[in-house]
Amino acid sequence: MTLLRCRGLRKTFGGHVVLDGLDLTVDEHRVVALIGASGSGKSTLLRCVNLLEELDDGTIELDGEDISDPRVDPDRVRRRIGMVFQSYNLFPHLSVLDNISLAPVRVHRRPRAEAQAQARELLDRVGLGTKADAYPDQLSGGQQQRVAIVRALANSPRLMLLDEITSALDPELVGEVLALVRELKDDGMTMVLATHEMGFAREVADQVCFLDGGRVVESGPPERVFGDPTEPRTRQFLRRIIAAGRL
Amino acid sequence: MILAPHEPSAAQRRREAYRRRQTVTSVLVAAASTAALGTLLVVAVTGAPGWDRVRRSFADPAIARDALPEVLAGLWLNVRLLFCCAAGALLLGLLVAILRTLRGPVFFPVRALAAGYTYTFRGLPLIIVLYVLTLGVPGLRLAGMPPVLVLGGLALVLTYGGYLAEVFRAGIESVHPSQLAAARSLGLSYRQTMRHVVLPQAVRRVAPPLLNDVVALQKDVGLVSLAGPIDAVRAAQIATAETFNYTPYIVAGALFVLLAIPLIAVTDWVTLRAARRQERG
Ligand SMILES: Nc1ncnc2c1ncn2[C@@H]1O[C@H](COP(=O)(O)OP(=O)(O)O)[C@@H](O)[C@H]1O
Ligand SMILES: [Mg+2]
Repeated sequence: MTLLRCRGLRKTFGGHVVLDGLDLTVDEHRVVALIGASGSGKSTLLRCVNLLEELDDGTIELDGEDISDPRVDPDRVRRRIGMVFQSYNLFPHLSVLDNISLAPVRVHRRPRAEAQAQARELLDRVGLGTKADAYPDQLSGGQQQRVAIVRALANSPRLMLLDEITSALDPELVGEVLALVRELKDDGMTMVLATHEMGFAREVADQVCFLDGGRVVESGPPERVFGDPTEPRTRQFLRRIIAAGRL
Repeated sequence: MILAPHEPSAAQRRREAYRRRQTVTSVLVAAASTAALGTLLVVAVTGAPGWDRVRRSFADPAIARDALPEVLAGLWLNVRLLFCCAAGALLLGLLVAILRTLRGPVFFPVRALAAGYTYTFRGLPLIIVLYVLTLGVPGLRLAGMPPVLVLGGLALVLTYGGYLAEVFRAGIESVHPSQLAAARSLGLSYRQTMRHVVLPQAVRRVAPPLLNDVVALQKDVGLVSLAGPIDAVRAAQIATAETFNYTPYIVAGALFVLLAIPLIAVTDWVTLRAARRQERG
């Protein structure tokens, strides 16, 4: 079943066209990796899907509902989508537990005790049970990013958007975050992830989309896109990545 | 965390002994230089040709004792005004700062009004606001006119609210947009984002300058005496007029400093904590 369908997305920033008629379809329980050069619009696409940016054209459907309709309440849409950012963006004035239970308590109006119990359960699952009362600045980058993922999960989202979630991390901390993403995939979570970890995209993604010139230039199973790309631009991009030693 | 017992090495023990000796030396040096400077000051002041005259007219113990009750009664007014006006100005400042951040065409008049307010009252001298409110407004002879003291307090709240609003606004704007994006992506509404994510961070960040303005307010609350109510400085002035001796002013000044010390200490402590947090974060 199709969970997310983007059609003809267009987004410009002051005359600079970032998304130019982009199409993307994501089926339920599938993991889609967005790859492409820096500045190719991966973050912009994810922000548009989460309604953090206003579209200049095109439509986005989530679960068959047109969420790009201006009459749709964006807060209601965002509750169904979890987003994780490159720079974690944890709330520095709140403890780990409060970071995670903020939305369940304030948005979903769940009783605080219940929300905190659920938060502790999630933290235990990702091996951070002892950090519930710590503040973000007392955690390592990898731990912060895992908390950010848990925070998004606490809303029980239908779809997770992960934007280069390992690129701010020291290399030895990348593994623990990717392991968590792998677990989410095994649980059947639908995810769209922008990444420059090509090895990880190859391993975890069901479908890889290469973005260039504001469109998805090439997409398919990772073996095919990485192993036998048909588009010259994809080939060129992958050659550069290989030259940089990142594949 | 439980630390395992650790036996310091000989090198560490030597270092610690050396640091202890250094500490003792620094304390002695500090004491000696303080004593030298103090002696110098005392000799210079008391040795001045007019010292006796000055001491009689500025530091007469008997006059100080007589003036104290009146000045203290005046100070009580300062304290009450300070608390009410500080609370009022902080609330007003926060409200105006929030209004100025509202987006959308519906809020245009509110935004314009809030901006106009901060421009006007930051530009207007406090004394003029005070005169208009305490002398001009009662002249309207409206029914239910509040007492002059309340009107004077209002003048202080309006003036300081303008400054504090700008401090709050700077704090709100210093919260990185990625924090807003994170909050909105969790489904929090604009209001919830402000209330639970932006404002707590903003207020923490600007607590030192806010408190600094409250310290300044403490000195300005006395200006209501221009409209009649008797504060500590005015009480000292009255006592001085009776005795032709300036000691009551010194009494009032000393009391003001005593009153300010806890407030300033809190400000320093909050500033230090904020700086530490900045370092860690
Ligand atoms: N808020 C913004 N204002 C102006 N330009 C932006 C903004 N956000 C992104 N851009 C521009 O859009 C382009 C795509 O950015 P982005 O989506 O972040 O790419 P990627 O995530 O693939 O690196 C870049 O050229 C960037 O400078
Ligand atoms: Mg990006």
